[in-house]
Amino acid sequence: MIALLTRDLILAIRAGGGFGLGLAFFLIVTILVPFGVGPESAILSVIAPGILWVGALLACLLSLDRIFALDFEDGSLDLLATAPIPLEGVVAMKAAAHWVTTGLPLTLAAPVLGTLLHLPVEGYLWMLLSLAIGTPALSMIGTFGAALTVGLKRGGLLMSLLVLPLYVPTLIFGAETVKRALDGLTTATPALMLAGVTLATCALLPFAAAAAIRINLR
Amino acid sequence: MELQVSDLSCARGGVPILEGVNFTVSGGEALFLRGPNGIGKTTLLRTLAGLQPPLAGSVSVPHESLAYAAHADGLKATLTVAENLKFWARIFGTKGIEHALAHFNLTELAERQAQNLSAGQKRRLGLARLLVTGRPIWALDEPTVSLDTDSVALFAQAVQAHLEGGGMALIATHIDLGFEARVLDMSPFKAKTPVYDDFDEAFL
Repeated sequence: MIALLTRDLILAIRAGGGFGLGLAFFLIVTILVPFGVGPESAILSVIAPGILWVGALLACLLSLDRIFALDFEDGSLDLLATAPIPLEGVVAMKAAAHWVTTGLPLTLAAPVLGTLLHLPVEGYLWMLLSLAIGTPALSMIGTFGAALTVGLKRGGLLMSLLVLPLYVPTLIFGAETVKRALDGLTTATPALMLAGVTLATCALLPFAAAAAIRINLR
Repeated sequence: MELQVSDLSCARGGVPILEGVNFTVSGGEALFLRGPNGIGKTTLLRTLAGLQPPLAGSVSVPHESLAYAAHADGLKATLTVAENLKFWARIFGTKGIEHALAHFNLTELAERQAQNLSAGQKRRLGLARLLVTGRPIWALDEPTVSLDTDSVALFAQAVQAHLEGGGMALIATHIDLGFEARVLDMSPFKAKTPVYDDFDEAFL
């Protein structure tokens, strides 16, 4: 299964692999928001956690339909399904590869981009932590959505509609964690809820996604 | 080891297309599947490989003993020949890709990216994957598409070497591969009942 993870990471980094697509999108969002909202730092610092979280979420969404579509088109998904590794493991590795190429760079870039939005200094740590805790859920839910729509022509639209509502809890708890940190309140409750959502998705969705792929490959 | 298929029925897209498929293949034997387009050769191979459940009937061996080679080769364009093959070797838990490269005359191309291969070279790489799976039964769906005569001979040698080692091969093909094997005509297994009444199937 490690072989699958390393292969996907190599594919992402090589030409046309889509690495950096989400990061570029995230950068564009955070650069454009101050132009749209205006340069008042008081307003920006209030909306910064929400904007960063929404930006990270949409950046994740951007690369989801590639997770299984490419493997389906070139036939390697059929071959992986007949390989000795369980399909649940394939799904988990695909989600992990997506997180390493999308969620992790977003998390590391968020504090830097936070300066563009006048994110107060005390929010940096929690911005980093909340994204680190929350983005694995985004990748896992997205992989599930990609599994549901694999093989569908133009499945991207349907997948976005399926996945967006499932992203809402992560977004709410993630942004709330940072907001509370900025207000000097305790962050334990939303951070724990965020971690709970991530753990639950990582525990349950590989099985659901593998079942969806089996049905779609028939 | 023996592959025994009894009373197998298969569907494609919810429509049954094969009924009452019966055959036996024993170790060291190959079986050619013949029949007109659309008769269900691919569907039969996909069912045996475990990609879709049969409607009825049974197969005597587990899906894990089959190595399936489809129309698509499952190659990654930006990986080199050796990287593509190494990946499958690691997935199937086998060691060494040199014999597979050598067998399909790919050693000189080992460091070339798969996107720069010709159609026939890609096909040879796809077939070389079979040698690194280490599985006893090969289920091959039109393996000789876009191969030249020399490559067909290489492929025939690979199959014969596999059979000599006690392996089995099911080959759906329209051409003569240059070695003798039993031929199974699929036409008699064409399904007679056109509609399979399963409510769920519309949603799955």
